[in-house]
Amino acid sequence: MPSNPTPVVEEKPVAESVETGSAEPREHVHAALTRTSTGNEDLRELESGLDSLQSDTVRKHRIDWTRILLPIAALVVLVLIWQFYVSLGLKRRDQVPGPLDVLNQMGVLWGEGKVQESVWTSLQRGIVGFVISVAIATPVGLLLAQVAPLRRAFGPLISGLQVLPSVAWVPAAIIWFGLTDATVYFVVFMGAIPSIINGLISGVDQIPPQYRRVGTVLGASRLQMALQVILPAALPGYLGGLKQGWAFSWRSLMAAEIIAVGGTIGFGLGSLLDQGRQLSDMAVVMAAILLILAVGILIELLVFGPIEKRLLRRRGLLAGSTR
Amino acid sequence: MPVVLEHLGKRFGDGAPVLDDVNANIGRGEFVALLGASGCGKSTLLNIIAGLEAPTSGALEVPSDGAAFMFQDAALFPWLTARENIELALKLRGVGKAERRAKAQELLELVHLGAAGDKRPHELSGGMRQRVSLARSLAQDRQLLLMDEPFAALDAITRDLLHDELERIWKETGRTIVFVTHNVREAVRLGQRVLLLSSRPGRVVQEWAVTEEHRTDAGLAGQLTGVITARLREEIRRHAK
Repeated sequence: MPSNPTPVVEEKPVAESVETGSAEPREHVHAALTRTSTGNEDLRELESGLDSLQSDTVRKHRIDWTRILLPIAALVVLVLIWQFYVSLGLKRRDQVPGPLDVLNQMGVLWGEGKVQESVWTSLQRGIVGFVISVAIATPVGLLLAQVAPLRRAFGPLISGLQVLPSVAWVPAAIIWFGLTDATVYFVVFMGAIPSIINGLISGVDQIPPQYRRVGTVLGASRLQMALQVILPAALPGYLGGLKQGWAFSWRSLMAAEIIAVGGTIGFGLGSLLDQGRQLSDMAVVMAAILLILAVGILIELLVFGPIEKRLLRRRGLLAGSTR
Repeated sequence: MPVVLEHLGKRFGDGAPVLDDVNANIGRGEFVALLGASGCGKSTLLNIIAGLEAPTSGALEVPSDGAAFMFQDAALFPWLTARENIELALKLRGVGKAERRAKAQELLELVHLGAAGDKRPHELSGGMRQRVSLARSLAQDRQLLLMDEPFAALDAITRDLLHDELERIWKETGRTIVFVTHNVREAVRLGQRVLLLSSRPGRVVQEWAVTEEHRTDAGLAGQLTGVITARLREEIRRHAK
């Protein structure tokens, strides 16, 4: 058979053919209808060639300076506009302080130790409240997403709770718990838990049905399905819920701290803000607002941003996005 | 006989029957291609064999441990690497951790992806994903492997290669394979037997044996393809108004 003189005709696969012994002189033309490779090694080589042709080359990640410089530039522009507005002198200086006034006030507050104390108090509460909210909301959210009757029963209520501003709970909480930390935490829970549950449920709703089918075919039990398939598949939506949950708990915390002052409640950023209002000291008020904003931005940049980016990159969802 | 279908019928609600009086015997280690035009209930039939759906009439005999399933899209979990996808199948089967790792590597080698185990699905080409998917369905370690048009979405070059690949793996592992396709050439290329399903309702109307001769002789294979295509068109023409 190797003595076949025509170059366009390939050799008959020797190893795989059952009838290697037959001395039939017929020429075997390979087409898509028949075996196209000549054994395991040939197949391995062809496949490896095709694999490398079809796979993307890995691109290296470098530090993208525009990511750092553009936000800073935007910040500088905003501060300049603020300064320009103040220097027009349209409003009294004690009502609309300029950037430098606020910076000075911040320095004074730092000297008194109020900045450190209030940021630490609020951040600690925010984080503890958020972590407990996650621990409560995750199993509840999974249960609601997986068990249809439960979801039909409680779904609208949870959505409603998310729409209800958690500040509305402050008066009730003060009556129930007095001016204690319990009031603050209660309000944080009522803000964060529904939004984390909703995020998880909508994440579960967006799972391609194919994933569940695969889970079933692979023989996953109900619990395995929830933990090995549903939860990881819903992770992008869940993370969105967590981000929103953090935003809600931070907002609720500030609201609670502004309204409920005194008692055994410590001195948080909201308390600082309220103190500024009572003293009619606009620079303190602005400083407190900026601190609250800064903490929010830092948590997004240092915690949620990197986690989300890593998650999306690993799943190949980052290509073409403006992140 | 791992799979016996007797007078199998399926209808959804009050609609017209999707499957009607389907009869087939599939022997152990056999490679059967199930061929039919769209709407012949091929996928429904596979789902019934896999135990994902129940037939409305008739009886069927399938292996008690169920069947492995391979889908048209690879359906790999994007949060896991190729290796972890295979390991998950082993884990859900109750294989211990140390053994999982070795077994997954073995399966990756089997589909010629030994070096790509740590890649994520989005980093793999369509053909590679489908091979990982094949390895995952082999990880289920069921005698019966059901394949629902697994190569339909691939480019022609890749598909031709995967045909060789699947044939090789079938021979190495001795699985019983039921391969659903609407591609006559694919059915002739892969199946030892080709079963033609009619459309609306689906029923096995004819079957052809494909011999080892057809594997190496394009002329012979082409002839059979022509015969089956003609019969398939006849079935389709019946639905013309």
